Amino acid sequence: MFELLGIPPQALFGQLLLGLINGSFYAILSLGLAVIFGLLNIINFTHGAQYMMGAFIAWMLLNWVGIGYWPALVLAPVIAGVTGVIIERVFLKRLYHLDHLYGLLLTFGLALIIQGLFRNYFGSSGLPYQIPAELRGGQNLGFMFLPNYRGWVVVASLVVCLATWFIIEKTKLGAYLRAATENPTLTQAFGINVPLLITLTYGFGVGLAAFAGVLAAPIYSVNPNMGADLIIVVFAVVVIGGMGSIMGAIVTGFGLGLVEGLTKVFYPEASATVIFIIMAIVLLVKPAGLFGRTA
Amino acid sequence: MAEAVLDKAPAATAAKAMLSVRDLHAWYGESHVLHGISLDVAEGEVITLLGRNGAGKTTTLKSIMGIIGKRRGQVTYQGQETVSLSSRAIARLGIGYVPEERGIFSSLSVEENLMLPPRVREGGLSVDQIYELFPNIKERLTSQGTKLSGGEQQMLAIARILRTGANFLLLDEPTEGLAPVIIEQIGRTIARLKREGFTIILVEQNFRFAQSVADRHYLVEQGRVVDMIPNAELDQNIDKLHAHLGV
Ligand SMILES: Nc1ncnc2c1ncn2[C@@H]1O[C@H](COP(=O)(O)OP(=O)(O)O)[C@@H](O)[C@H]1O
Ligand SMILES: [Mg+2]
Repeated sequence: MFELLGIPPQALFGQLLLGLINGSFYAILSLGLAVIFGLLNIINFTHGAQYMMGAFIAWMLLNWVGIGYWPALVLAPVIAGVTGVIIERVFLKRLYHLDHLYGLLLTFGLALIIQGLFRNYFGSSGLPYQIPAELRGGQNLGFMFLPNYRGWVVVASLVVCLATWFIIEKTKLGAYLRAATENPTLTQAFGINVPLLITLTYGFGVGLAAFAGVLAAPIYSVNPNMGADLIIVVFAVVVIGGMGSIMGAIVTGFGLGLVEGLTKVFYPEASATVIFIIMAIVLLVKPAGLFGRTA
Repeated sequence: MAEAVLDKAPAATAAKAMLSVRDLHAWYGESHVLHGISLDVAEGEVITLLGRNGAGKTTTLKSIMGIIGKRRGQVTYQGQETVSLSSRAIARLGIGYVPEERGIFSSLSVEENLMLPPRVREGGLSVDQIYELFPNIKERLTSQGTKLSGGEQQMLAIARILRTGANFLLLDEPTEGLAPVIIEQIGRTIARLKREGFTIILVEQNFRFAQSVADRHYLVEQGRVVDMIPNAELDQNIDKLHAHLGV
């Protein structure tokens, strides 16, 4: 049995895996924030509440309608995405010509309302959600034990992140999106329906958050506050990565999850703050973020 | 005043005009920039807007295109009133816009820039015809759009509009800041488009260039059309022109 700096490998790899899991959530959520901010110019503070909604919709589908995990993985993001479309059409579209601050205040207020409603109805103690039967158990890798579900979370979020990157960077729809992000007026003057693009983008970003929420449901208990706790860290991730870049959001999300995991092994006292320390350093050295473009 | 100017345009009576602009006003916020522009463009014509910097030429094109927040007056395109339409709807009528700053997207490759504007009508140039017209573009398809030289960006900005089938073009200073050989190439392109039946409003500072391609010239000053000169009479009016353009 080898040891690294006196750390047993099980502990090291166990924490790295935890870090990778957290990083999966950071990546999906900061990706959604980056996509929304790019096109809408709105810092979507509702994102954490929408992640929580994803988990709750999965729970409701299971307990009220009898629809299980796998269909919920698609249905919950779609349902949450539709609520996002409504929010965009009713509220956000009135704010585009105003300062960022208004969007931030509105989405922050919406987050408080949504979380309050769920707390009222479901309480804040948390509801259990079973790991789907196909993903129970785990693999003994020799150097560590890998629970199947955790492996699945990492793979699923990687696939979703890369698929999103592909759509945005490599497809015609993505070209519309990039063009509208860069110069909405001219894009619209070519006959492209930019308002529709904006609505769909917000719905898609919300859907990403809800997808992360469904992935999280079997790991963490389904709880009205689950998003509020996470979103603060995700905003730090976004600041570190920079708002501008899709790949930046993905890489920074996974990377910071790993950094957090490593910190838990080598200096546990700092594990809750390490991301904020990195954020402070990045803000000092490269204010636009690691992957951000200075405007 | 505006009416008197229009009377001198036998080729473009209001009835035959493809585009007719009457008493067009436009604002940037509180600042009133166009004070009643009137002009007509007949099908197949190339007309220019000549005038000093800040006269309102770009704003006129933007107002026709529907990308000025506040505008008032009449813009009639093929019999249809367009002042109340969004720029998206105006583009769909077949009007193609090449902005002064060229508007090449840096987050798109050259090819993506070329393919970006959707087809709005039948009869646009095929990609092969575009490569034949602008061979440089074909060489650079995978480059970032804004990595092209100024001249290549200008050609790309024109090329992507020709793909869409738009047959009414708004070209805002396509020769600005370009080398003489490139200006020549753009001049040949405009002449060819004219032969193929395109209708064009061209904004130009370079009135020698304007003279080489246009049928008529509108002089714009302080947000108004102050004169209209048929191309054949341009040389006789050279003094007037110099006075207006300040050259
Ligand atoms: N975005 C803008 N905001 C405020 N004023 C503007 C803006 N763009 C142009 N102007 C003003 O409008 C007037 C006409 O400008 P423009 O149409 O660009 O002139 P031209 O194209 O003939 O040089 C100028 O006085 C200019 O300063
Ligand atoms: Mg101009």
